[in-house]
Amino acid sequence: MRYKTLTAAFAASTISFIGAASAADLEVTHWWTSGGESAAVAEFAKAFDATGNHWVDGAIAGGGNTARPVMISRITGGDPMGATQFNTGRQAEELVAAGLMRDLTDLATKEKWAEVIRPKSLLDGCTVDGKVYCVVVNIHSWQWLWLSNKAFADAGVPVPKNWDEFVAAAPALEKAGKIPLAIGGQPWQTTGAFNVLIPAIAGKDIFLKVYKDKDETVAAGPEIAKVFKAADDARKMSAKSNVQDWNQATNLVITGQAGGQIMGDWAQGEFQVAGQVAGKDYTCLPGLGVNELISTGGDSFYFPKLNDPEKTKAQEVLASTMLSPATQVAFNLKKGSVPVRGDVDLAAANDCMKKGLAILDKGNIIPDTNQLMTEDTNNQLNDLFVEFWKTPSMTPEEAQKRYAEIIAAAD
Amino acid sequence: MSESYTPRPSQLFRNLTAKIASIPMILVASVIFVGGTAWTVLYSFTNSRLLPKLSFVGLDQYYRLWSTPRWLISIENLVTYGILSLIFSLLIGFILAALLDQKIRFENTFRTIYLYPFALSFIVTGVIWQWILNPDFGIQHVVRGFGWESFTFNPLYTKEIVIYGILFAGLWQGTGLVMCLMLAGLRGIDQEIWKAARIDGIPMWKTYLFIVIPMMRPVFITTLVIIASGIVRVYDLVVAQTSGGPALASEVPAKYVYDYMFAAQNLGQGFAASTMMLLTVAIVIVPWAYLEFGRRR
Repeated sequence: MRYKTLTAAFAASTISFIGAASAADLEVTHWWTSGGESAAVAEFAKAFDATGNHWVDGAIAGGGNTARPVMISRITGGDPMGATQFNTGRQAEELVAAGLMRDLTDLATKEKWAEVIRPKSLLDGCTVDGKVYCVVVNIHSWQWLWLSNKAFADAGVPVPKNWDEFVAAAPALEKAGKIPLAIGGQPWQTTGAFNVLIPAIAGKDIFLKVYKDKDETVAAGPEIAKVFKAADDARKMSAKSNVQDWNQATNLVITGQAGGQIMGDWAQGEFQVAGQVAGKDYTCLPGLGVNELISTGGDSFYFPKLNDPEKTKAQEVLASTMLSPATQVAFNLKKGSVPVRGDVDLAAANDCMKKGLAILDKGNIIPDTNQLMTEDTNNQLNDLFVEFWKTPSMTPEEAQKRYAEIIAAAD
Repeated sequence: MSESYTPRPSQLFRNLTAKIASIPMILVASVIFVGGTAWTVLYSFTNSRLLPKLSFVGLDQYYRLWSTPRWLISIENLVTYGILSLIFSLLIGFILAALLDQKIRFENTFRTIYLYPFALSFIVTGVIWQWILNPDFGIQHVVRGFGWESFTFNPLYTKEIVIYGILFAGLWQGTGLVMCLMLAGLRGIDQEIWKAARIDGIPMWKTYLFIVIPMMRPVFITTLVIIASGIVRVYDLVVAQTSGGPALASEVPAKYVYDYMFAAQNLGQGFAASTMMLLTVAIVIVPWAYLEFGRRR
């Protein structure tokens, strides 16, 4: 058994101290349940099982907004899991401050996370007072427009190269019986789309002024007014979109029933599961084809403090397995996200992922909204945008006024 | 001599066993209900986020609450849902009970059928009605299948009427219980009264309206309390049917409390909202309780 463990561990990973690990069951909670996502998480489970430990899958369906309350109440209620997903950013900051999360600084120093993780801002999201509390596993960016080549062929118009061309093509798509823009009914999707429109229409500086500095005069100003105008277009284009979940909306694009979707790069996993080829079946436009910028959000794993020493040891093994080059590549290729390590081979990456990597290398990055704002503010924005999106009588001016109020109250 | 010194038995020790037996209930009521309520109200004046902490911000959470459009929509929905649900479940429940009371055959069977939905949880009820009302495979789809192509019946995805779609499911689930309570009340009416009314030639509907219903006052009060408490905490039905959508059109206060306490990680705001819910209930209950129990003294 031990021999098997050792060989398997060496085969799976180059991390040396894994051989010393003792076996333990570790429950890992996450909200990755769509086709592409569960294929990706299976890679983590495989790699972790190969170390001789056992991955107990704690998938919670219904998206982050449903899953996070469950995770948090388990941790605060004294029934912590072995490890849990959060989005990279401020979602777990109070749990860390309350001393419920494990300090991973020793492991991080030993494995030189500060050197291998790029961009540097990612690790900052895990660092509180110089101590590291989480493992960043991927980089996800929101700023993508996914277009169905088939839908545009059916409508007899060329596939757009940027947002304006897409808006101009909308009437032709509608005539052909297509939904120009697919957006699901979950509130975070509409907020996400708006937050993508800001850097594309108004630029990076405005984005940072509003979300980082919480400048309410900018939020009420003419640049954001332009973004609301664009959101108004998007609202009209998505009026017939009647689905709930984001992957159902992606499916409308995959099957050519919808022209496009503004969604993060996790949508790519769905195209992959459906066997579609980037450039041939679908087109991706980072930064909506206007401002080629990507945000560096993503997912991190936190490790609650546990009493069981065996499990505590297994937590370390899991943390280093998740960051090992082999797992990083296997996981991220399935997930459609970009690895957090700069030193891995990504020859297998597809067209869209390569575009993302190139932008990342150029340093055209912005922080993710999860890194800048609290969940409280994000929820208020969700409430505003879902109402704006589904209420045609609500004017962009009215929405902008409320938007500025939320930004003014944010911390 | 010795007898005159026998102390009067202390009030405290009268019915001692009964008092000991009720200690657990008193503890539960005071610690969990009263204590929990007091704790919630106290923390609603703080800016607690994910974890409760005592840093007071006065009435800030309440100002924010009452300037939030979503909360106002929730209250409006609760009022619509509450009033209609109260009227219709009493009305339908009583009519069904009166019909069953006509000494019909297979009464047991009918009673079971009407009461059956009550055995289902709100989540199951919500999911069933979500399917029935879904335009793609529910009523609309079936009617269109018969050839009426332009038929439109889509309450759950239409902002203006979505709350009625939820009301419908709520009534379907709840009227069976109301019917049973009413039926029990009707059976409690002495047959002599019916005979007397018949001899006097009073029509049946008049007997019900002016004699039987006033006699059923306690049953009505019990029913009212049960329905009202169900209305205030309506949550799972909405989550299962619409999750508050389309947009915010079917949001309810209990959902606001949950979302802000857990999803938005803002306990202070959630506590403020739940305190407002408590206050609303108190405004209704306290004057009524005063009238009901106070005047007997």
